Amino acid sequence: MSQYLVLCLILFSLGAFGVLYRRNILVMFMSIELMLNSVNLLMVYFSALHNDQSGQVFVFFIMAVAAAEITIGLAILVMIFRHLGSINIDSLKNLKW
Amino acid sequence: MGNIIFYILSGITLCSALFVILSKNPVYSILSLVVTFCCITSHMLLLSADFLAVVNIIVYAGAIMVLFLFVIMMLNLNEAVTQGTKSFISKLAAFISGGLLLIALVFLLKGQQIGAVDVSKLDPNFGSAQELGKILFNQFILPFEITSVLFLSAMIGAVMLGKKNLKDN
Repeated sequence: MSQYLVLCLILFSLGAFGVLYRRNILVMFMSIELMLNSVNLLMVYFSALHNDQSGQVFVFFIMAVAAAEITIGLAILVMIFRHLGSINIDSLKNLKW
Repeated sequence: MGNIIFYILSGITLCSALFVILSKNPVYSILSLVVTFCCITSHMLLLSADFLAVVNIIVYAGAIMVLFLFVIMMLNLNEAVTQGTKSFISKLAAFISGGLLLIALVFLLKGQQIGAVDVSKLDPNFGSAQELGKILFNQFILPFEITSVLFLSAMIGAVMLGKKNLKDN
């Protein structure tokens, strides 16, 4: 296993751990960004490994989707804060049985 | 030489990523996330993806982080954030699941033989804006156009969601 693969795996697991560990929606978004970025780095690594630049083009699309996702997510977060006065994810419990 | 730079950068990346998750104040999380992105950008530079490194800095460290900071500072979320603790069990469960994910991924990929990248063997134009543009506008032109529709819908959606009350006008 190469070093970059290990680094990206650790970074991805850290992101997943962050999503589960924190209850703050903002920090959960940041952890999702971490996971996306580790995948981006892995894409760049494999594109250099196989000498194929299509992998780098895919990173563009991942970035575009991440940017759109963060825009919508932060807008939803602002609405949640206006309605509930808190961005703790435990306050979203109206659908809880 | 390249190895030493790689290990130092990886250490900074992982430490700042850990700090993003563990720091109490979200502003500190954002700042250390910027450090993480800068380190990932330098990793991309080491892999001779020049143009992508620049785009990464502009999009992530520039646009997305400013968006996060705006949301925190405009809504004054800082005071609302500090309240709310959670049980030890759920923290332990998060730690165990994250660790299990790491172990599973490592064991899944342990047997793979992946060689090291030799950057000096790559094409000198590898990862330049010219080469990427040729691929993007020939082979991937349809996804590129669809991305613009995605951005348009994201923009409209953000404006609609951000409005105070939709029925007023």
